[in-house]
Formats: sequence, C-alpha cells, structure tokens
Amino acid sequence: MNTVARDDYLERLIESWKKEISPARSIPYLDQLRANALGRVELLRLPTIRDEEWRFTDISSLRNTPFPRASAVASTDLDDQRVDAFLDETACKLVFIDGQYMPGLSNLATDDDSITVCSLSELTTGARAHIAEQYLGQLASFQENVFVALNTALMHEGVCIVVSADAAVKVPLHILYISSSKDVAAYPRCLLIAEMGARVTLVEEYVALHEGVSLTNAVMEVYVMDSASVNHVRVQHESQQAFHIANSFAQVAKAAHYDSLNLALGARISRFDERITLAGENAECEVDGLALIADRQLADTHTFIDHALPYGKSRQLHKCIVDGNAHGVFSGKIMVRPHAQLTDARQLNRSLLLSDKARMDTKPQLEIFADDVKCAHGATVGQLDKESLFYLQSRGLAEVAARNLLTYAFGGEIIDRVVVPSLKRRLEEYILARTRIG
Amino acid sequence: MIDANSKTLLEVHDLHATVGGIEILKGVNLTVRTGEIHAIMGLNGSGKSTFSKVLAGHPSYEITRGTVLFDGQDISALAPEERAQAGVFLAFQYPVEIPGVANNQFLRLAYNTVQGKRGKEELDPLEFDDFVREKMKLLKMSPDFLDRSVNEGFSGGEKKRNEILQMALLEPRLALLDETDSGLDIDALRIVANGVNQLANKDNALILVTHYQRLLDYIVPDYVHVMEAGRIIRTSGKELAQELETHGYDWIHASDRVAGAQS
Repeated sequence: MNTVARDDYLERLIESWKKEISPARSIPYLDQLRANALGRVELLRLPTIRDEEWRFTDISSLRNTPFPRASAVASTDLDDQRVDAFLDETACKLVFIDGQYMPGLSNLATDDDSITVCSLSELTTGARAHIAEQYLGQLASFQENVFVALNTALMHEGVCIVVSADAAVKVPLHILYISSSKDVAAYPRCLLIAEMGARVTLVEEYVALHEGVSLTNAVMEVYVMDSASVNHVRVQHESQQAFHIANSFAQVAKAAHYDSLNLALGARISRFDERITLAGENAECEVDGLALIADRQLADTHTFIDHALPYGKSRQLHKCIVDGNAHGVFSGKIMVRPHAQLTDARQLNRSLLLSDKARMDTKPQLEIFADDVKCAHGATVGQLDKESLFYLQSRGLAEVAARNLLTYAFGGEIIDRVVVPSLKRRLEEYILARTRIG
Repeated sequence: MIDANSKTLLEVHDLHATVGGIEILKGVNLTVRTGEIHAIMGLNGSGKSTFSKVLAGHPSYEITRGTVLFDGQDISALAPEERAQAGVFLAFQYPVEIPGVANNQFLRLAYNTVQGKRGKEELDPLEFDDFVREKMKLLKMSPDFLDRSVNEGFSGGEKKRNEILQMALLEPRLALLDETDSGLDIDALRIVANGVNQLANKDNALILVTHYQRLLDYIVPDYVHVMEAGRIIRTSGKELAQELETHGYDWIHASDRVAGAQS
C-alpha cells in the first residue's frame, strides 16, 4: 500500500484537521489509536468503482465535498419537544448535533444503575481506561478501510455504553444523530458492550433538519458477551442530498444473541457495511434490512456474517424497494469457518423494482469450509405481482391504491420486526406516506 | 330463481378473447337475468375460468371480438376496479396471499372504496369491525381471520370462505364463483354454499363455474351450461349437471351424435 500515491481529497481533509488532531490528549491509548489511524489515512485512498467492494457505488462525487468537521457546537433552535418526537419511550437518550454531543437535549437520568454511559474522552481512569484498551477499535479495523480510519482518527466525542451483567434494560436506549446544516461532516463513534447475560435494545437514528449536502461517517462497535442479547435498530434518514457512510461491527459470544435491523431511507448515497462475527458456540444473529429509495438515491448494504465456531445460527432478510431512478445494492457474504460445524445459516435478499429505471445489484455469497452445516441463500428481484394487483383491483381498489398497498406490505415485513412500538408506528406512517406518493 | 319481472343483468354476445395471442374464448353467448343462478361446467381447458376472468377484467386477457353488456353498459373497456365498483365480483379459484396486509385492513379498504364509489356511507374501523364480525358469522369464520395477513397460511377452505366474506361485504349484483368448491371438504362446502345461498336474492345473479356437479347439490342452478373449446355447447336446466355427473362430458358428444342422426 505504501506505493499508493496520496489521495488529494484525504490530503486536504488531513490538512484542515491538523490543528485539532495534534494537541496531546490525556489518554495515551486513545491518542495512540488516533495517531495510528491518521497514519493509515495518509496511506490509503478513497475507493473507486474499480475496487470490487465498491463497483456498484460510485462515490467520486464525495471529492467535491471536503467539508470541515463541525468544530464549534452548533447553535440550534431545536427544543426538547422536537427531539422527544423521535422516540417516546427511552431509558436514556443521547443527542448529537453535527457530531457534537448535546448535554442539554440528552437525558442520561436513569434509575437503572446497570447502564453506564460516558464519552470516549472519559475513558481515562481505572476500569474505564481498561475498557478503552480492551475494546475500542478492536473490532473496527482500519487497516484497509479508509472510512473507518478517518472516523478513528477523528473520534473524541464518541459514546461508550456498558450494560452490566445480567441486567435486563426494558426500555430502549436511543442515540439520535441530527444533521442540522449543510456542508458539515460528522464522524459519530459508538461502543456498546452488553456484559454477560445482559439484555438491551439500542436505537441508532440519523435524521436531518436540512435538504442539503452533508456527510456522515459513522462507526459502531458492539460486543455481545456470553448469553447476552442485543437488539440494535438502525434508522438512516438523512437529507436526500447527503452522503452517509457507516461501518458497524458486532462480536457475538457464546450463546449470545444479536438482532440487527437496518433501515436505509434517506441520503443521496448511503453505504452501510456490517460485519458480525459469531465468535462463540451457539451464538445467534438475526440481520434484517430495508432500503426504501426513490429519485436518484443509491443505497448500498454490504454484510459479512462470520460463523467462527460451532452451533451458530444466522438469519438474514434484506429487502429493497427501489423507485424512480434509484439504485439498490446488496452484497451479503456468509462465511462458515472450518470449526463452525452444525452452523445453520439462511440469507435472503428480496427486491422490488417500482419503475423501469430503477436498478438493483445483488450479490449473495456463501463460503463454507465446514462439512456438516445447513446453509441456504437466495435473491429475488421483481416487480409487483400481477395476480396480486388484479386481486386487489377486482375488490374495487384503484390500480395506484393496489400498488401502494402491495409496496407497503412488502416493506411491512421488515417494519414488523421493529421492537420499539413508537418507532414502529412512526416508520409505518412514513412508509404509508412514501408509498402514497409513488 | 327464474322470475318474470327480472331484468337482463349480463348480456354476452359472440365473445372472443385471447391470452398471449392464443384464442381461448371462441364466441361465447350468454344472457343472465336478475334472480338467476347459472352454472358453467366443462373440462379443464374448456375456457370456463377464462370466461370468468375476462368478465372481471383480468389484464392478461384481450377481448378480440364480441360484446359484454352489464346492466346495459359495455364494460369491456373498464378497469377491474370499475367493474367491481359497478357490481361485478369474482371469487377466485386461487385467492392470492398478501403477506404484510392484515385481512381486516384489506376488507375495510375494499368495502369503503366500493361504498364511496357507490355514493354510500363508509365505516370507521370500529364500525367496520362490528359489521364484518356479523358477516363472518354467516360463514362460521373465527374473528382471528381479521388479524392475519390476507389469505396467508389459510387452508383451502379458509381462503374460499374469505372470498365469500368479501362477496358478502361488497354486495355485488353479479357474482362469478370460479371453482369455489375445489379444495373444500364436505363441511366447508356446506358452510360456503349456505353463505352463498343467503346472499343470492331477486336483484342479483350468480354464475358458478365448476368442474363437478357436487356444488350444485347445495347451490341449485336455474340453468346449466356446458363449455367446450371456448364455446357454450349446451344449455339446459339443473338436470343436465346430474347427467354429466353420471355419464361424463363425453356423453354430450354421444348424445349430440344421436341427436344429429335423428335430425
């Protein structure tokens, strides 16, 4: 990689960051990690469509947007009520505006002392310092991934959440990332650790208050310890002109369960890379996704489910509804390592094309190195079923109404899996409104 | 029932229809008056199911010749929903499963759409719930069916009951029942037939499309038509069904040959 010429886009970014990166911080581990990542950024380049993993997603237009990271805390007239509208029931609410943590809008007050929430910059002493060294950046490898490297080089306001052993957190935790103005880049970072036997639901949500171009480059690391259970709902609803690039990593230990549900609704170009490692026996994951895109949107989802040990189980259903000139991409790999005997893996990608110009590229992949496993995968790309349309029309529904109902139903299968009632209702209403237009 | 005061509801004249360029209907003539129950029988491939789909406006079929008058209006250019709103109803041989759409949501949407188009009162969810539960008793359906997705995981009999429930809600003037008896055990057949009989009245009409005579023991037709190769080749009273059951469809040709020799 040393032979790669420095990327002028990255060079400009680094130049503009130099002064805020260089001051020494009081956390040696974090400083070292960021310095290493920055060193790596200097050797990497932005991917192009000549890179296999990016062949359908052309992000060259990102070069025109060398946004500074928002440095000052954004002033905003956003009030509590408006923030509350995003989620009714929550144990703990963390609000970020343009990447900056907003203590005034957040609510950490929780009776539940089983949840510890702190900023990454607070991981300084005692047990907390140990958390940083043991977990932060361990899953999110930046060696070959320029976006993870960029995020790591810039992390400072990231959030760390630890749910203590055997705690069952009944109401969800909510992290709300708000993009308040155009021409701003945000680099959200989150570390979630569910200790042994803990149960927790996390909603990670990205919304915009503007219609302009902005950039989010997010990294999430999730540790699901032995017998723990994490339900992670991710809603990406950025501006229709935004770039949203996210890398999510989860490690699922023995007999633990990880539910991941990813909704891609906004952004001009969104790319979600998810890597889940079933790192203990009997580990399980359910990985669901829905991309609902129109106009000139592009939504790219890359997942990698790694069965490393025996008796693992994975279930994946990823759906795309593509209208207008939009372009959906799905690449899902399931890896079954030699030791992962008796793995049970199933993956399905179903896509619905609503217009002649809508496009879908799908690439489901299985790589199996164990000999006693049960694996299945498949992909379908189609239009609305003509017999179903006729059936609804024969009951008096106009063709448009029939199409909308079937489209809604197609997405509804994923929305039904959202476990937070207020979020589910909000998503149902959103999809109804979206399908009514189409 | 054949009634002297009835009026003509459906008038099909020399109907030709194709699917994918292949002609399936080759000159069907049929007149149905209010209050009447007609049975169209025939072997697989005779065109009887196609006929019901063409009447309901299935987009895969093209009418190439002839006319379909419903209540004096040519409906051949109308979209399926316009025919439904006008009062044509097709109970499907294979009702479509629609995962993700709750049955009650679908039924209310269909009901209110049709009511609205007919200038009648629409019902809110609570009112509709009472209304549909009452109608479900007619078909001995459990209220559980309201919360399930449309036809998803329904048994054959449950799907057919759900079809007749829709008929009960939409109150068509002409109901086409396409192989409604197929896949029904004898108890389900009785329940479905009983429901249909209660919905039949002097102002509407039924066309039963069926392969077997069995259904006609429970829903007694005024006329029985035999369809073959896209035409109605024989029309008679209800006794024709019994003869077909006893002798088979070949018997028509044998009797035609005898009739031909006699004339």
